[in-house]
Amino acid sequence: MKRKAFTAVAAISMAMMMMSQAAADDNVIKIGIFEPLTGENGGGGTQEAQAADYANEVRPTVTVDGVEYTVELDKVDNKSDKTEAVTAAQKLVSDGVTGVLGTYGSGCAIAAGPTFAEAKVPAIGASCTNPQVTSACDYYFRVCFLDPFQGSVLAQYAWDEGYTKVALIDQIGDDYSVGQAGFFNKKFTELGGEIVTEQQFQTNQSDFKAILTEVKASGAEAVFAPSSITTAPLLLKQAKELGVDLPFMAGDTWYNSTIIENAGAENAEGVVCSTFFDEADTSSQITVDFVNGYKEWLNADDSRIEKNGGDDAIVGNCALMYDAYNVMLDAIESANSLDGEAIKDALAALQTEGVTGKISFDANGDAEKDTAYIDIVENGAFKFLKTVTAE
Amino acid sequence: MNKKTRNTILNILLVALVVGLLCFFQSDTSSHSYAISIIERSVIYAVVAVAMNLLNGFTGLFSLGQAGFMAIGAYVTAILTIPVEMRDSVYYMNGIAGWLHDLHAPMVVALLIGGLFAAAAAALIGIPILRLKSDYLAIATLGFAEIIRAFLAAPMMDQITNGSYGLNNIPGFKNIFQPVALAVICIGIMVLLIISSFGRAFKAIREDDIAAEAMGINLFHHKELSFVISSFFTGIAGGMLAIYMRSIDTKTFQVMLTYNILLIVVLGGIGSVTGSVIGSFLINGGQEWLRFLDDDTFKIAGVHIPLFRPGFRMVVYSILLMVVVLFWRRGIMGTNEFSWDGLFGLFKRKKKKVSAGGES
Amino acid sequence: MSATTFAQHLLTGISLGGAYALIAIGYTMVYGILRLINFAHGDIFMISGYFMIFAMASFPWFIAIPVALIGTVILGVVIEKAAYKPLRSAPRMSIMISAIGVSYLLENLATYLFTAIPKAYPEIPFLKKILTFGGITTSLVTLLTPVLTVVLVVLLMQLINHTKIGMAMRAVSKDTEASRLMGIKVDNTISMTFIIGCLLAGIGAILYFTDRMTVYPYSGSLPGLKCFVAAVLGGIGSIPGAVIGGFIIGICETFLVAFGYSTFSDAFTFLLLIIILLVRPTGLFGEAATDKV
Repeated sequence: MKRKAFTAVAAISMAMMMMSQAAADDNVIKIGIFEPLTGENGGGGTQEAQAADYANEVRPTVTVDGVEYTVELDKVDNKSDKTEAVTAAQKLVSDGVTGVLGTYGSGCAIAAGPTFAEAKVPAIGASCTNPQVTSACDYYFRVCFLDPFQGSVLAQYAWDEGYTKVALIDQIGDDYSVGQAGFFNKKFTELGGEIVTEQQFQTNQSDFKAILTEVKASGAEAVFAPSSITTAPLLLKQAKELGVDLPFMAGDTWYNSTIIENAGAENAEGVVCSTFFDEADTSSQITVDFVNGYKEWLNADDSRIEKNGGDDAIVGNCALMYDAYNVMLDAIESANSLDGEAIKDALAALQTEGVTGKISFDANGDAEKDTAYIDIVENGAFKFLKTVTAE
Repeated sequence: MNKKTRNTILNILLVALVVGLLCFFQSDTSSHSYAISIIERSVIYAVVAVAMNLLNGFTGLFSLGQAGFMAIGAYVTAILTIPVEMRDSVYYMNGIAGWLHDLHAPMVVALLIGGLFAAAAAALIGIPILRLKSDYLAIATLGFAEIIRAFLAAPMMDQITNGSYGLNNIPGFKNIFQPVALAVICIGIMVLLIISSFGRAFKAIREDDIAAEAMGINLFHHKELSFVISSFFTGIAGGMLAIYMRSIDTKTFQVMLTYNILLIVVLGGIGSVTGSVIGSFLINGGQEWLRFLDDDTFKIAGVHIPLFRPGFRMVVYSILLMVVVLFWRRGIMGTNEFSWDGLFGLFKRKKKKVSAGGES
Repeated sequence: MSATTFAQHLLTGISLGGAYALIAIGYTMVYGILRLINFAHGDIFMISGYFMIFAMASFPWFIAIPVALIGTVILGVVIEKAAYKPLRSAPRMSIMISAIGVSYLLENLATYLFTAIPKAYPEIPFLKKILTFGGITTSLVTLLTPVLTVVLVVLLMQLINHTKIGMAMRAVSKDTEASRLMGIKVDNTISMTFIIGCLLAGIGAILYFTDRMTVYPYSGSLPGLKCFVAAVLGGIGSIPGAVIGGFIIGICETFLVAFGYSTFSDAFTFLLLIIILLVRPTGLFGEAATDKV
């Protein structure tokens, strides 16, 4: 009896699954939000996905051929895992999305690329910085700068600050971390500096005492540690405990107030990181409007604040997602069609201005961004330090 | 007509139905891509599940090393099938080893080589390990899987396996028939093994290995055979997984993967090949069908359920598994295999129950 | 490597080893009495960390610590009664699968309830005091861990060897049926084993997480496995053995990372396991058991 019930349930589930193909609704188009909502990058992914919600509220429709379509967001969780990423991408394709936004965490973007390319669904990454995301896939674009750029920018900064010996700490198995460290290494050595030691740690490692002791013994003047939000507070606190009193530098992932919160303001003091966006930048009206609007929206609901990491500070990836959303809709309107290939061509030719600055794409699909903001932590908050432009 | 004829006709009809269904999906890949990917994933996991069942269920060797052998198969297959012109961009950080650069093989050959590498590793590992008792064997094999993973991800191996960067641009399956056919062949061979005299020796070892030895079965040879063959097919399944996923890195092959397969085997019934196949489809299909549990905007009859948040699906899933382990140890099929008699018997028993209930 | 650096690493290793030792005891005691590798033990340790986070949010530390410890113990006993007791007469594979299932459930439950973002572990003020001596800088908790471990182990050995309940535990480990016939309440003894094991794991959790400062759902899985290896290394069933095993693994792991082989630090632990199982399966201090054919 039990067996029969089980088989019946199995049959029904298979049938439902097969019939769950989304019937195209009249005047509704779907945009896929491809993010990790759980897993190692769940925090960043949730923040980014929420920014898409806001963007959707601000601009809920798009007009093609005179017909106004409501834009619906189709969210899938890739769990920060490459296998899941492929399935999640397949689901979006099956659901008939017109375009995809995301993901946070280059590894999953790289994994899902071929799926989107085969289905001719254009995807715009908001914050995935590894070069492979776009170089290996025609249909993937991104509105952020790349790791080679980030790594060099920080190397330039370190050199300008007078550091000649830097220690690297990066995460084995993470494209983002190892990639960025590699680019920093190349540029810094080119400028004449010396990487005195490179310490690597495993995913999910939480004890960095041995690594930090080695860093201390290496005679480094500063540390470059591109790593996740998970690792940052641990490195900072443990460094303090071991008496490693060196300035820490990192990439865009560290531009997140949860790090200051978890590490403690005194431990985070002096941390420098590169970022795509600074909410204190008042040079552009679009940016100011976005900052004010988004903060108001976040504060209207406690659950939104929680998803944003506990406060209303605007992280770089949220601003980028907002831009990515608008870029996608702009491209659809510019192509005046819902056809994937047409939208992709429109994206390649698009020029617009977003909250993170001017946006246009090069042959690879990378945003032609030549400026990075460098921020420093002072008195428990990120403060804008300077902008660095690539030569 | 007699039973044999009836069975043959039914079998042919079943095969025709399955092939027809596959053609239907293949005809429109973009709108069915979701269903196609689930079927592909289910058959791949079915192969590993049957291989694990061969080892755990039929020979009684509780091994938790599947993820490691899948990793070997996956990496070898990936390395051999990435198109030569893409290799430099895939190995963008450190470059690919010279002798490896132009080494390319068609998909099936690459899978076979992957399986052979996995089998070789198993042969070596088996020698010291197979004499351990069941719990220790479990932990030792788990340990080996971790060692293999560490080895594949090591910076020293950067030029061969691309170390921690993972491999991508692996060409996928051309259509749905490829993985299904491969899976059917693999499972078919394993079934042939099970019904042969080797299979009977395995079962004897499972039931009572001391008695089996007394009856003249060479324990080590048979255990090693079972281990090597199981690992061979596990390696092939790993290769298929690499082709399905199009990009891999060692994070995919953590212990969790082995646990997932173990749960498929348990659900389907330890000791039943059909059970493992059914279990694989249920788990993979169920995982997707239950996705709605993760959606915090989902409403049932207009009511917002506060429980639904990302992660809830996996919790329900885990609870389901605990329920099976505690209350329904046999799993779906127990130790039985599929047979038409069994299927009709199922319906007949229901009818009997209903009529018996009606009388009293 | 200079002497101070070496000493610093040694201290880190001993401290890590102490935490591992406390968890390893839980494994060895449960295995001794039930012949079960409690895969879920590492995850109980992880949940203990979360209990502490929530306890500290509502109570001052001297109430929060007992609250968290009691919570951990209750969790352990509930798991034993719900997931292991019903399967006591089942084949070995079933109960092992059940343990894996509990581990899986706890990890997914933690991911669902607390999200995957690591939560900051609250600081117990005096434990984080930073001390410097002879070129080595460290926090109080790092020094405290090995000391506390040794003290607790000594107390535990007293319990096992000189109390009635301890004798009951030893008896049930040796021969469950005979103990039952002699009037020992086997169920209660088993529960007591879990209580002690989880209590130690809870204390280990406080020390470990205070050192590490964050908890996330998979904090327990790999350390858990490593602690099992420590228990085997020392001789499964032997408590002093588990402690020595814990220290050995903690120190080796630290030095491997120090020398730049962090990829292999986990693999090394398992390699150690395999070598021990092959060369001396009863571990360093275990008793040889004869297999009656």
